[in-house]
Amino acid sequence: MRHIISLLMENEAGALSRVAGLFSARGYNIESLSVAPTEDPTLSRMTLVTVGSDEVVEQVTKHLNKLIEVVKVVDLNDGCHIERELMLVKVRAQGQDREEIKRLVEIFRGCIIDVTDKSYTIELTGTSSKLDAFLETMEKSAVLETVRTGASGVGRGDWILKV
Amino acid sequence: MSVEITGAEITVRCLQEEGVNCIFGYPGGAVLFLYDELFKQEKVRHILVRHEQAAVHAADGYARSSDQVGVALVTSGPGLTNAVTGIATAYMDSIPMVIISGQVPTEAIGLDAFQEVDTVGITRPCVKHNFLVKDVAELALTIKKAFYIASTGRPGPVLVDIPKDITQHKTKFVYPDKVTMRSYNPVVKGHVRQTKRAADLILSAKRPVIYSGGGVILSDASTQLIELTKLLNYPCTNTLMGLGGYPATDKQSLGMLGMHGTYEANMAMQYCDVLIAVGARFDDRVIGNPKHFSNENRKIIHIDIDPSSISKRVKVDVPIVGNVPDVLKELIKQLKENKTKSDQSALKDWWKQIDLWRARDCLKYDRESKIIKPQMVVEQLYNVTKGNAFVTSDVGQHQMWAAQFYKFDKPRRWINSGGLGTMGFGLPAAMGVQLANPKGRVACITGEASIQMCIQELSTCKQYGLPLKIINLNNRYMGMVRQWQEFFHGNRYAESYMNALPDFVKLTESYGHVGMKIERPEDVEGALKEAFKLKDQLVFMDFITDQTENVFPMVPGGKGLSEMILV
Repeated sequence: MRHIISLLMENEAGALSRVAGLFSARGYNIESLSVAPTEDPTLSRMTLVTVGSDEVVEQVTKHLNKLIEVVKVVDLNDGCHIERELMLVKVRAQGQDREEIKRLVEIFRGCIIDVTDKSYTIELTGTSSKLDAFLETMEKSAVLETVRTGASGVGRGDWILKV
Repeated sequence: MSVEITGAEITVRCLQEEGVNCIFGYPGGAVLFLYDELFKQEKVRHILVRHEQAAVHAADGYARSSDQVGVALVTSGPGLTNAVTGIATAYMDSIPMVIISGQVPTEAIGLDAFQEVDTVGITRPCVKHNFLVKDVAELALTIKKAFYIASTGRPGPVLVDIPKDITQHKTKFVYPDKVTMRSYNPVVKGHVRQTKRAADLILSAKRPVIYSGGGVILSDASTQLIELTKLLNYPCTNTLMGLGGYPATDKQSLGMLGMHGTYEANMAMQYCDVLIAVGARFDDRVIGNPKHFSNENRKIIHIDIDPSSISKRVKVDVPIVGNVPDVLKELIKQLKENKTKSDQSALKDWWKQIDLWRARDCLKYDRESKIIKPQMVVEQLYNVTKGNAFVTSDVGQHQMWAAQFYKFDKPRRWINSGGLGTMGFGLPAAMGVQLANPKGRVACITGEASIQMCIQELSTCKQYGLPLKIINLNNRYMGMVRQWQEFFHGNRYAESYMNALPDFVKLTESYGHVGMKIERPEDVEGALKEAFKLKDQLVFMDFITDQTENVFPMVPGGKGLSEMILV
């Protein structure tokens, strides 16, 4: 099962490599990982998407908690949460396709942020599956390049991950 | 206003503040300023080893046989890479240790400088934590944190990498009394409600077993473990790492369990209905294949300080996360207050069953043999030292015989590399044990293959006059490899025979020690007695033992505990 794990850690050099190293050393999967400093510059917030059985994910969170630089860990699957991912996708856009793609982008509530005579660059946010769906609607050969940030997640309402 | 001092002096002052009496190391370019400061003081004694691996093993032996943090000091590059085996050994067995490594100057990091290696990167998977010091102002706090992290929670090695320029830079020295870290707060007390549940379950048991591991030794919980076991009159088995946690000569002791554990311990583990795991982690050498171990009718209570140890290999019914002695104290209190009494008649039947298993006499061997049996040497060592020695071992058959035949009644007396299984551990670890216990009698049980992995340390022993007694069980084979090849690889002894062995007596003598070669069973006891009479000298006893002897019982890899091969 897919789990989305959120963690707060000390914003220190090497902290990220400890997380990545833990996953490779213990054979856990990382589907995506995104990290940046928070409003408190001494802390980084990381969102990690992993796939595994409940037992494995329980071990993942325990081991993440054990890392000295990790301050807090939550498995967002334990409650209601929201997740978003940003994708930049460059597509071939010529002739009649230009209008068609524009309409599709509107349907997905994205925007075109760069235009040339041959291509569009589209910005799209949403859940990972929405981004997948957008890519599926595009003709494969039209997609020139995709860049995705990986999911970021946050608990709903009063569920707050803070020190 | 206090004066500013160099990073090198700060490092040494930190060690003094931590009460470190003895460190193990080897100098080199990146640590010259540190050595210069060590030279100028007398509080911290430096022991010069002959190879960095030995420095870490010695610090490890020092820590295991005392309750102090072991400290090793190595230089950058090859100094550090040599130390990695020792660090990984300590990590697998959760030994509190601080390793200080030199690093190339800050401005040279990343430029492939001479003797540069990414120390923090290389050691990351085998330390509890590591630090690269980038500013002399952070040095003292970093070392304080290193000692704090190493010795609290589930202990482990912590490495502090100090670039050479940091050891030259100056700042005021302030050593903090204590340190708090928002990201590191190890649990101490167990959950009271869980402890109550555990007490109820324990008292409902008909076939109980207490299974105790290295956590009991590391947390000094032996007293509480004995109290618990005596209070309940339940059987107790120790893991390889837990030997001495419960006295081996006590009638409630089932001896060691696991791959080479006793028949009674393994059978009791397999067929018990309530298992009380204390500071043990159900590893593969202990319970064999978890699928064969699992049993719907068995309830498991697991007391451990590390949440990630719980339900890792075996699903647990009542987990209690906490420091073992604290949890056991609470548990004993709960048991005493509990109105239920344990089922005495069921317990009587259980003990009867255990006695039947015991009668199988699984550790028997040919006592009439004309060739020296390795088991007999260990038994004689036990008799001659009256069970009071510190015993270190290397890895292989001799390690298992030592664990089976030396009856440890006290904790911190049995020092071996259990998790990583590091050949070459025994001799340097024994040096650390001797230095931590200057009056103790220290024996190193080893084999002719293992001992050669750190044989150079005989030179260190000479320099510091360490009167170790080395028991070399010489069967001219890598015995455990040979045993597996005999059992599982059709007697094809691929590369497990040593046909170019040194003359160990001459070798020992060349290092300035006493060497003995013992070839007849009737000479074993006398040789051991004579060796221990030489109180101030290291004696290397080369026992020429039976080449065909195997370690029994044996649970083959992938099998369950009740599927033992017996003699």
